[in-house]
Amino acid sequence: MAKRIEATNVSAYYGAFKAIENINLTVEPKTVTALIGPSGCGKSTFLRSINRMHEVLPGARVEGSLTIDNQDIYDRDVDVTAVRRMIGMVFQRPNPFPTMSIFENVVAGLRLNGVRKKSILEETAEKALRSANLWDEVKDRLGKPGAGLSGGQQQRLCIARTIAVEPQVVLMDEPCSALDPISTLAIEDLMFQLKDKFTIIIVTHNMQQAARVSDRTAFFSIEKTGDPGRLIEYDNTQKIFSNPSVKKTEDYITGRFG
Amino acid sequence: MGETPHRSAHAGTGGTRVTSGHDWPAGASARFAETSGNPRTPTGNGLGGGGGLPRARAFGAERAFRGLTVAAGAAVLVIIAAIAVFLIAKAVPALQANTEDFWTFEGWFPNDNPPKFGIGALAFGTVLTALLALLVAVPVALGIALYLTHYAPRRIGTGLGFVIDLLAAVPSVVFGLWGRDYLVGPVTDLSTWLNRYFGWIPIFGDGPYGNSILLGSLVLAIMVLPIITSLSREVFLQTPTANEEAALALGATRWEMLRTAVLPYGRPGIIAAVMLGLGRALGETIALALTLGSTYAISFNVLTSGGNTIAANIANRFAEANDTGRGALIASGLVLFAITLIVNITARAIIYRRREFTESAA
Ligand SMILES: Nc1ncnc2c1ncn2[C@@H]1O[C@H](COP(=O)(O)OP(=O)(O)OP(=O)(O)O)[C@@H](O)[C@H]1O
Ligand SMILES: [Mg+2]
Repeated sequence: MAKRIEATNVSAYYGAFKAIENINLTVEPKTVTALIGPSGCGKSTFLRSINRMHEVLPGARVEGSLTIDNQDIYDRDVDVTAVRRMIGMVFQRPNPFPTMSIFENVVAGLRLNGVRKKSILEETAEKALRSANLWDEVKDRLGKPGAGLSGGQQQRLCIARTIAVEPQVVLMDEPCSALDPISTLAIEDLMFQLKDKFTIIIVTHNMQQAARVSDRTAFFSIEKTGDPGRLIEYDNTQKIFSNPSVKKTEDYITGRFG
Repeated sequence: MGETPHRSAHAGTGGTRVTSGHDWPAGASARFAETSGNPRTPTGNGLGGGGGLPRARAFGAERAFRGLTVAAGAAVLVIIAAIAVFLIAKAVPALQANTEDFWTFEGWFPNDNPPKFGIGALAFGTVLTALLALLVAVPVALGIALYLTHYAPRRIGTGLGFVIDLLAAVPSVVFGLWGRDYLVGPVTDLSTWLNRYFGWIPIFGDGPYGNSILLGSLVLAIMVLPIITSLSREVFLQTPTANEEAALALGATRWEMLRTAVLPYGRPGIIAAVMLGLGRALGETIALALTLGSTYAISFNVLTSGGNTIAANIANRFAEANDTGRGALIASGLVLFAITLIVNITARAIIYRRREFTESAA
């Protein structure tokens, strides 16, 4: 049931400011795709347009077409909540619900889907927390507030919350930037597992991570501040990291950027 | 700040001091010394310069300010204590002169000889009108606040919010007169209707209709509406965008997002807003003095003309009161104070119970 995502001429705006321009790329089902590029080049913006979170901001809009299994997600008739249920997202900054306990945070998505049965909730919560490598740390205090966790724990809590509802596509915006190497490895393992069934797109600033986990890598960049971000190169990860066809990509991944 | 040890090895504070008139900052002098080979040291005025730690000043703005705040705090306590002593001193003789039970007697004749008065009906009316007013006002106020913050286009939201704030500035006597002279008509019609179809419920009993608890409560509701609305509007605006986005990204509809992220986050604030509204409703004087029927009976029939509250009773009866009468009214005021206090403590307790969650939310 994994989904193919196809972006055609996608541009996204914040008011009058064009943050990304004419992005064209296809993400195959059951793959991990890494988005890399310098800060401010529009990786998060592109990611957020995939599950229609971009338009939540006042004045923000998306142009072009984005399809999931050939269905236009920006179609007028499409229920935006259905899109977001199908395409889960882990945000760049951890955002657990501060009023909810750890447990309630993890099952928040299930509750929204109408799941009420306690046994199912508990089972799913444990599974999701184990996958996010958080279970051992929180199993004795599931009733405590989620905001009382450390930054890295909060991020893993948010990952657990996202995967608990088993979305077909998982978008992760720098999920490991606040994590120690052990948790980072655990999240990378998780991505390998998820890839069996789902499609994953991850934004990362960590080249090794991109090289380790992704099948395909997209390199975004901007000419100069104020310009929209563009997709410079999109290819198999191996190719990008060993023999990129664009000079700019090579400069970036070898650290000669800027 | 200060010299890094290896750089200032030959220009350090321990070395030979070549005094100079220049006011070099410590770091700059070290660098200068290094490059020029002409050791100079700070003149001692450098921010991180040598010498021991300065002593704490015995007198300074800090202490003066501290003294001022302590004095202000103490003054408040003294004033409150003085008021309490005065009120109790006035109330006690009247209570002793009372020939009926203060808590249960339904009537108010403190000026008679022997004086007879009881607080029961007044306290009942006070609480009943206030609760009814909240029952009407809170859902409406929260609805308006949610609409203004999360549904209305931004400009309409700000504009309407301003209008509602204006409503809070209307003096209560205006509401009272409006209620007495205009709203009483529609409320009488409504009462007749309610009695015809829901008369089997005891609270919708027989008339005469008009200056009833219902009228008073509706006027009160309109008066507390702007307070609750504008406070909860502020509260809702403070929900972190990240939390709203988290809910939306899980596939929540707008209403589900409000329920998962906004309302729980704003809960302590909403309670505080409701309590402020309740405080205003309990203490409201003139609007109720104008709209209620001023009777002294405990009755749940909210449609019949009648009803009274402690504050309205004070306003209505103070002019005619003799010494005992004033004492009696002051005693009733103390009871109102106690009711307000209990309400506030309850509210605190509710907020406190979920402290763990709300604190990390703040
Ligand atoms: N809410 C916003 N309002 C206005 N402009 C924004 C907003 N968010 C991002 N931008 C702008 O859009 C451009 C792309 O931002 P984006 O967050 O997508 O970058 P990014 O590639 O994710 O960067 P990073 O690696 O630092 O997270 C930047 O120029 C940024 O300043
Ligand atoms: Mg980003």
